[in-house]
Amino acid sequence: MTDYSTRITTVINGQEETFFCEPRESLLEILRDRLQLTGTKEGCNDGNCGACIVILDGVSVNSCCVLGVEAENASIETIEGLADGDSLHPLQQAFIRETALQCGYCTPGLLMAAKDLLAHEPLPSNERIRLWLANNLCRCTGYTRIIKAVAQAAKELHQKP
Amino acid sequence: MHNFDFKKPSSVTELTAMMTSYGRNARLLAGGTDLIVGMRSGNLRPAVVIDAKKIPTMVEIQLEKDGLTLGAATSCRRIWENRQVANMYPALIDSASLIGGTSIQGRASVGGNLCNASPSADSVPTLIVMRAVATIVSSRGTRTLPVKDFCLGPRKNVLADDELLLQLHLPPPPKHSGGAFNRFIPRNEMDIAVVNAAAEVELDSSHTRFVDVRIAIGAVAPTPLFVSEAGNAIKNKPVNRETIDHAGDIAMSCAKPISDLRGTADQRRDLTRIMTIRALERAVRRAGGTVTDD
Amino acid sequence: MKHAEGQIDFKVIGTTPERPDGIEKVTGRARFADDIYLPRMLFGKILRSPHAHAIIKNIDTSKARALPGVHGVLTGGDFPQLESTVIPHGGASTIDIRDLAENCIARDKTLYDGHAVAAAVADNYHIAEQALELIEVDYEILEPVLEIEDALKDDAPVLHETFSPGRFILQTEKSHSNAGSFKLKLGDADRAFQNADHVLEENFQTRCLHQGYIEPHSVTVEWSHNDIMSVWTSTQGHFAIREQLAFILRHPLNKVKVTPMEIGGGFGGKDQVYIEPIAAMFAKKTGRPVKIAMSRADMLRGTGPSPGANIRVKLAAKKDGTLLGADLTLAYEAGAYPGGPVTSAALQATARYNIPDQQILGHDVLLNKPKMKQYRAPGGLPVNFAMESMLDILARKLELDPLELRLTNAMVTGDRMITGIPCQKIGGKELLKAVQTHPHFTSPLTGRNPGRGLAYAMWFGAGMTSSAVLTANPDGSVKLSVGTPDLSGTRMTLAMQAAEALGIAVSSISVSIPDTDSIAFSFMAVGSRTTHSTGLAVYEAAQQLLRQMTERAALYWDVDETDVTFSDGVFNHQKDSTLTLTFTEMAHLLEKLGGPITVQSSVTPKSNGAQLTAHLVDIDVDTETGKIEIQRYTAFQDVGKAIHPDYVSGQMQGGVAQGVGWALSEAYQYDEAGHLLNTTLLDYRMPTSLDLPDIETVILETPNPNHPFGVRGVGESSIMPPAGALANALYDAVGIRMTALPMTPGAVLEKLKKKQRGS
Repeated sequence: MTDYSTRITTVINGQEETFFCEPRESLLEILRDRLQLTGTKEGCNDGNCGACIVILDGVSVNSCCVLGVEAENASIETIEGLADGDSLHPLQQAFIRETALQCGYCTPGLLMAAKDLLAHEPLPSNERIRLWLANNLCRCTGYTRIIKAVAQAAKELHQKP
Repeated sequence: MHNFDFKKPSSVTELTAMMTSYGRNARLLAGGTDLIVGMRSGNLRPAVVIDAKKIPTMVEIQLEKDGLTLGAATSCRRIWENRQVANMYPALIDSASLIGGTSIQGRASVGGNLCNASPSADSVPTLIVMRAVATIVSSRGTRTLPVKDFCLGPRKNVLADDELLLQLHLPPPPKHSGGAFNRFIPRNEMDIAVVNAAAEVELDSSHTRFVDVRIAIGAVAPTPLFVSEAGNAIKNKPVNRETIDHAGDIAMSCAKPISDLRGTADQRRDLTRIMTIRALERAVRRAGGTVTDD
Repeated sequence: MKHAEGQIDFKVIGTTPERPDGIEKVTGRARFADDIYLPRMLFGKILRSPHAHAIIKNIDTSKARALPGVHGVLTGGDFPQLESTVIPHGGASTIDIRDLAENCIARDKTLYDGHAVAAAVADNYHIAEQALELIEVDYEILEPVLEIEDALKDDAPVLHETFSPGRFILQTEKSHSNAGSFKLKLGDADRAFQNADHVLEENFQTRCLHQGYIEPHSVTVEWSHNDIMSVWTSTQGHFAIREQLAFILRHPLNKVKVTPMEIGGGFGGKDQVYIEPIAAMFAKKTGRPVKIAMSRADMLRGTGPSPGANIRVKLAAKKDGTLLGADLTLAYEAGAYPGGPVTSAALQATARYNIPDQQILGHDVLLNKPKMKQYRAPGGLPVNFAMESMLDILARKLELDPLELRLTNAMVTGDRMITGIPCQKIGGKELLKAVQTHPHFTSPLTGRNPGRGLAYAMWFGAGMTSSAVLTANPDGSVKLSVGTPDLSGTRMTLAMQAAEALGIAVSSISVSIPDTDSIAFSFMAVGSRTTHSTGLAVYEAAQQLLRQMTERAALYWDVDETDVTFSDGVFNHQKDSTLTLTFTEMAHLLEKLGGPITVQSSVTPKSNGAQLTAHLVDIDVDTETGKIEIQRYTAFQDVGKAIHPDYVSGQMQGGVAQGVGWALSEAYQYDEAGHLLNTTLLDYRMPTSLDLPDIETVILETPNPNHPFGVRGVGESSIMPPAGALANALYDAVGIRMTALPMTPGAVLEKLKKKQRGS
């Protein structure tokens, strides 16, 4: 039987990680099943819900549409790396404060997508936030509080020295 | 998913050698938003997947005097993040920022969108009206082809088994010209187009007369359609509501839509007219004109 | 927020503390069902029938079994053969456990596209999937029946030769080879129609759709050597899962332990087993933990969507708008097995209006689609869409203001509902007046083709049994355990009720939802019941705890127990004012006085108070494409008492978003052979952030007299009004009356064109 197992070295949340996988495993499967970074979620496995969003080389992507083998020499940020140790990121704080989550399942993907937005556009308008996050489906909140939380976090990040 | 070999060539020569060797047993991976999903559903079962993104030519964006050259695997996001490209080719940005949604655009490529040859592809009508030219390579050599001739049918394109799309080239936009792409979807984001349309207009120096008009429509035929009849019918005509509506009517008459789970044929016919008119209106504004109602 | 008269000012209730699980969820640390990884775990996948109606003639699993990496393959025949057995399923509802078992894996017949027929377990999901491709199933395809009208024909294909007529709250009786029916009557509807100045009649249609929770079903089962089945799953009711597994696998209840994981949305769709029995059987046979997760397509095809319906409404009215009578026929899809929510739809169809003479005939219709289930306010939106559209039609016919018409007919405390039961205390007119006086009501409309619409709804939630365990620890901390899973923040609202009752800070209470071994029976988190009904159990437990601590205080002070009272968080001696102890001080003393105190309470209230809600929406219509843009949305709801106002507001906003999707874009699309066509979230269209405006919420409070804090359920009713409100806004904007959902751009455009042509 052919051995498709490939050795991959990548950087996840600033840490070098090495793992073995078959090319058919998606980055989402690698994160969850191989590396036990279970914060990133599966919602649809075909790029239509955003629950699996991570930041890959500075760009938010659906990790279900990335192969694990593509992680070689790449830099990946997941929800596990958003907080700085015990110190929550302003986005995380804003989400809690504004009750921008209910069941919390879509939250990791949303936070990573929002982080990407705020890294590229410091003070986006509400319309712009809605457009950017349109790939992230939430079934519980109706989005209003999510948009408010992102806008608040944007202001806070903008004011930081 | 089935198992497959994964290759990462670092030069075009290496890539074309692989294409020759594997032929139709291989698929190119650009953004993966179609390929990986297709493999997961079992629809696509290549024995070999070749990552095109390590080859500089395939992911470059070059804006020069002779126009814009895009590597086929360049992501939509890199295209719309590029300010200069956005200023010169706003219609291309319309397309690139509408395919899928932000996280899809972080990976999906215009080249991949074209090669997929879906009748509703959001980049193709724009590439057509902007006179884009495809550069196709294989180990047998290089050839070029206008994008309007690239798609042959749903999910079928002109590429031979050993060929790949290397780059797209868009000529510089003429003076007093503007382009726009729009599409109709039931929600406000994420959906496959029920109908889409692109228009590029070149106006005279007073911005009151059409000099040249190119219109393309999608999701209403087996391939995106370049409707030269619609554009030609309003060449040299004044820029006004009547002329634009007329072009819309002709585009509608060229549409050959079907009914499927995303829309009925009747709905698509109506939308063809509206999407064409709206694309023309926006193109006119971008060209510096206004649509008068006389 | 408006307080009703005589309202106390609470210390904790009505504030907005941060939820304890918030940090876990924003850091990705919260454990959902699929986040379980056990040593030597195996992974299963399920093969689903591609036919809407077929007999299984043979299944050959030999090639699948032989694939390296495969550890087992199952078919329906590997499960115990069950007799038709009807068991209670909460309150007055029942289910036939054999139906449930066969829904999980078919035995002889498959009844819908997506019905499970076999399963494989392997070292990883990819191998399991490849095993499925090697399973050969020989089907004899039968003619499917897919529409209600067709299912009710005399010569319709029959799904079940015999079936137990469904009982979802109300019992139905078999009335047709494919239907169970029931009737509700109040007074004499015929008389009302004879005496009416105006009689209106209209038919409405809606289509089936999915709850769309973002988290897929996932279960892990480990079967130990001493026969204990441990289950970790995504569920709204772990006791229900336990019971169903025990029945289906013929295993004793005391050897099934179910742990509810954090749940990523349920909305009514996660209260029964789907993949659990198969995972359990694999765990038993392999001796290893087994995980099975559903893909999105599996879920759309093979779980429990919410039914489509054909609804006929006939109203009798006086010329001043007073409703004299109502006559409704509700035919709802039951799907492959009986017992859909047509009954609950009937119970609330007209509740909120005072209509003295009514009759409702309901049909639970079998057809070749998945077994239909509840989706927030079971059955509620379709009939609310129908009734609220009719109210508007009547208003326009009589040239009355739509809100005034509703005020004229609004039910008040004491009016009889169709059940004959007088309505308990509600604030219906107050709610409608709040809409009338809100700035949104009179703000100018903007846009090219703008319109404004209103709808009003009432829902009754569930009471059912809840258990709570409260422990006061010697360090002053309090542990609260409840048996009702937390879907969206109820662990906080329950802690707040405990804190209020005990006079302590909510931060000193830690809440958990233990497994079925570790807490007494509790009914599931459904029917808007948790904050109310489980809250009652919590309140009751708090009272018990205080009684015991009062005893200990008396012991400590060496005084008579009857002289010790507790109020405002302090134990006092009635006659000696120097003797006081706070709750926390008392807790610190417990060790000396007999150790920590633990109390348990199980409470089964009758219902949780009516939930009244009204929505106001402004839209702009693109008449060239039929697209409706929602410009402004205000949701009003009377929640009795908002324990945590932000959570209440969040529930309202979530219901609005779901109702909007139901109204405008979501529906199952089948081809003629009964294949589900839209099996991805690309074509099963749920609202994105760009499809909704900011949703404003207005909370009113008419306290529920049956709850110590006045709580009414809040979770469900807000899903009902959006469709009616949007349909009414559409009429206001462009003069077309949509009687079918969803009101997609294509459907709206077609109606617009018909109107232009004058037909």
